[in-house]
Amino acid sequence: MKLPLNIDWQQILLHALNLVILVGGLYALLFKPVKKFMDQRAENYQKMKADAEDAKAQAESLKAELSERMKQADAEAQTYRQEAMAKAEKEAAAALDSAKVQAEKIVAAAREKAANEEKQIVQNAQDEIARLSVEATQKLMDYKLSDVYNQFLDSAEGSEVHDQR
Amino acid sequence: MDRKKKLLPLFGYFGLLILIVAAVFLTGKQGGGETIKEVMKDAVLHEDNRIAFLGGMTVNPGLISAYTVTGILLLFAAAMRIFVIPHFKEIPGKLQMLLETLVGMFDHLAKSNSPHRNGFLGAYVFGAGVYIFVSTIFELLGLQVITTTGRSMAMPAPLSDINGAIAMGCVSYLVILSGGIVSNGFRGVGSTLKEFSLPISMSFRLFGAMLSGLLVTELVYYSITLSFVLPVFVAVLFTLLHALIQTYVLTMLTSVFYGEVSEPHQKKNKKG
Repeated sequence: MKLPLNIDWQQILLHALNLVILVGGLYALLFKPVKKFMDQRAENYQKMKADAEDAKAQAESLKAELSERMKQADAEAQTYRQEAMAKAEKEAAAALDSAKVQAEKIVAAAREKAANEEKQIVQNAQDEIARLSVEATQKLMDYKLSDVYNQFLDSAEGSEVHDQR
Repeated sequence: MDRKKKLLPLFGYFGLLILIVAAVFLTGKQGGGETIKEVMKDAVLHEDNRIAFLGGMTVNPGLISAYTVTGILLLFAAAMRIFVIPHFKEIPGKLQMLLETLVGMFDHLAKSNSPHRNGFLGAYVFGAGVYIFVSTIFELLGLQVITTTGRSMAMPAPLSDINGAIAMGCVSYLVILSGGIVSNGFRGVGSTLKEFSLPISMSFRLFGAMLSGLLVTELVYYSITLSFVLPVFVAVLFTLLHALIQTYVLTMLTSVFYGEVSEPHQKKNKKG
């Protein structure tokens, strides 16, 4: 059948065959491998992006956790500091009290010792005075007696002077 | 003296040009033996200038052009597949960028116009788009072919042959029909057949656009006085514009209709 405009079914089919071959060939040789590469790259980038977002989320979570822990640590440190301050003040007060007591004890002991020593010194002095008094009396007595005795002897022996001492 | 020395080669050059032009006019036969009417009629109908194909057959030169373009494209694609694609890098070079842009552009066209089903459509519009563009600018190469009458003629764009344009329109329509069948079964066939004028409109739009370019070029080349400078604008620019516009139009239409018929059918809620 002769168609107008030189339309030829056989040539249409040959053109269609050519087109199908070309589309199939281009799909297998160019479109598919290039698209596969692009898809893989896009998938890679998506994965990298997801990983980065995960890492960022983890970092933010860690940061929040650390911040919380820092706050807790600050609070704990503050508590410890206050407790330590209170304890130190208490210990300082106790030490001061103890020192005062000890100082008082030392002062009392010193006073007692001083009193004892004073008493001892006085006693010693009294003893010494007593001894010296006795000795002086003794000496005085000795001197007077010897004079009396000599006089006696002199008188007894007649005017001979006994001065043999 | 110096100025004369400088102007002498210039005068010589223009003198040579004028001599050649004059020789062309004096020796050339207007129209190359064919009347403008015959040239135009043959450009449309290809009744006189036919080419021997596969032994006994005689075909329009457009078919030879089509197979030549396919051969060139498949060779190029094979070379890319063997030598370039295996060495693709994460950061693309110029050639890789070109290939990725081509594939990405048609893939995006398919995805944006047919969001539900687009794998096969992307591959088809890529092939069809590349074919239309390359086969249109192919005529600029002016490759010669010998007709059955023994004349030498430049290979035309395959789609300026009405058989090529009809084949392209019908194959595109079949692709659209396949999208409708795969997505919606019998309902898809119905919605595709509803657009029964589509293959005719696609075919003749393509044929008309290509043929008009061809006729204008033939007209310009027919007259020897118009064969200087003007063909640069008429042939090159018109051909490039045709190539771009027709590639865009056919791939866009195919994608839009494919998207329309492959859209999943949603059952309407019954009232009451």
